[in-house]
Amino acid sequence: MPRMAITVDGVKYEEEVEPRLLLVHLLRERLGKTGTPVGCDTSNCGACTVMLDGKSVKSCSVLAVQADGCDVVTIEGLGANGSMHPMQQAFHEEHALQCGYCTPGMVMAAIDLLRDNPDPSEDAIREGLEGNLCRCTGYCNIVRAVRRGAQEMGQAVRTS
Amino acid sequence: MIPAQFDYVRAGSLGEAVQELAADEDAKVLAGGQSLLPLLRLRLAYPSKLVDVGRLPELTGVHDRGDHVFIGAMATHDEVLRSGVVNADCPLVAQATATVADPAVRHRGTFGGSLAHCDPAGDLPAVVLALEGVFVARSAEGEREIPAAEFFVDYLESALGPGEVLVGVRLPKLGAGWGYHYEKFHRTAQSWATVGVAAAVKRSNGAIEEARIGLTNMGPTPVRARVVETALRGMQMGDDVRRACEEAAAGTSPPSDLHAQPDYRRHLARVLTHRAILHAAGSP
Ligand SMILES: Cc1cc2nc3c(=O)[nH]c(=O)nc-3n(C[C@H](O)[C@H](O)[C@H](O)COP(=O)(O)OP(=O)(O)OC[C@H]3O[C@@H](n4cnc5c(N)ncnc54)[C@H](O)[C@@H]3O)c2cc1C
Ligand code: FES
Ligand code: FES
Repeated sequence: MPRMAITVDGVKYEEEVEPRLLLVHLLRERLGKTGTPVGCDTSNCGACTVMLDGKSVKSCSVLAVQADGCDVVTIEGLGANGSMHPMQQAFHEEHALQCGYCTPGMVMAAIDLLRDNPDPSEDAIREGLEGNLCRCTGYCNIVRAVRRGAQEMGQAVRTS
Repeated sequence: MIPAQFDYVRAGSLGEAVQELAADEDAKVLAGGQSLLPLLRLRLAYPSKLVDVGRLPELTGVHDRGDHVFIGAMATHDEVLRSGVVNADCPLVAQATATVADPAVRHRGTFGGSLAHCDPAGDLPAVVLALEGVFVARSAEGEREIPAAEFFVDYLESALGPGEVLVGVRLPKLGAGWGYHYEKFHRTAQSWATVGVAAAVKRSNGAIEEARIGLTNMGPTPVRARVVETALRGMQMGDDVRRACEEAAAGTSPPSDLHAQPDYRRHLARVLTHRAILHAAGSP
């Protein structure tokens, strides 16, 4: 079996994996990172979105062996010192989740969007999140949360 | 679902990749995996081995080569979108790529993968056909070039042999006077084209000097709307252009699926071709 090394949420792991093991299953079943859910079989829903070397990917559509030597950040790696990331906090404040199944992917995709566009318009948010499906909220509160999270992250940058 | 078992090699060189493919006819190339991995998860494909070409330097990057742009097969959709030379010299490629899937899929999915996959609903095949790109492929026997008109053979079938790796595509720079537009019709965000139209139009003294039109999802492979191209030559902008576009579906055999029936696709081809030509002609 191929051996691989991977950093997840700041911790280095070395694993022997079957080639067919998906990154999301490595995260959930080997490393216990169950914060990243699986929502579909077709790469459509985005629930499994994580950062791979700084860019959003659907972790159900990447083989673990393809991520050999890479750095992964999941929803579980966002908070610091027991407090939530500003984007997580904004989702909480704006009531941007109901069942919460899509939320980890939404938060990761939202943070990815801000790399290019730190102050996105409503349209830019809807475009940026087009790969993430939510079956509960109707998206309005999610869009509001991303705008709020963006503002708070901008503020954090300005005051630091 | 979990894919069936397969072997995996990460090729260290292009030479190694073509050797691996030559040694096993059921082996498949793995690029970004954004089409292949969903197929494996749905157990619609059973390759014996995946040859990962993802880290081969010969296949990466977008290169300005003077009279043409060379897009490496492993250039991701995201890289293509951010490329200065693509936006300056092949804006049609950038326009169509922006409509492909969503940001996360564009971070992994590649230019070469979406062409080699030959999905009739894929957006890039019609674009490369209209721009008359040249495919560069490598096998254990050596390198060969395949003109776009010969590359798309059938539904999910390219002219690449089982032992061949697509290295990249040469796209000629068409130069001054050309305008471009990709018009895609789909019902939900992130979904594939019901029909798409890639148009490049050259104008001189107000009239259309030359038009090139590639149609997405109007048959098992992308097709040129030749009848319209011929009719538009020398035409002034106006009502005649709309009438010429009425022939956009001539000679096509559009599929019937959940999204549309053939007659509706023919209707879309006419309307979208007219829109694409108007936009392309307005922006040289
Ligand atoms: C949710 C979703 C929505 C999508 N929407 C669209 C859309 O709207 N429009 C669109 O055009 N595409 C869409 N795609 C597909 C996307 O463009 C993929 O990136 C593309 O089809 C395949 O590229 P890849 O690099 O991931 O190839 P892979 O999945 O790795 O490979 C695909 C096929 O091509 C072969 N192949 C790949 N690279 C090479 C090579 N260099 N040489 C020889 N053979 C090769 C493989 O063997 C395989 O058969 C979508 C995908 C998803 C998951
Ligand atoms: S589980 Fe990955 S996209 Fe749905
Ligand atoms: S909150 Fe339930 S799917 Fe989004």
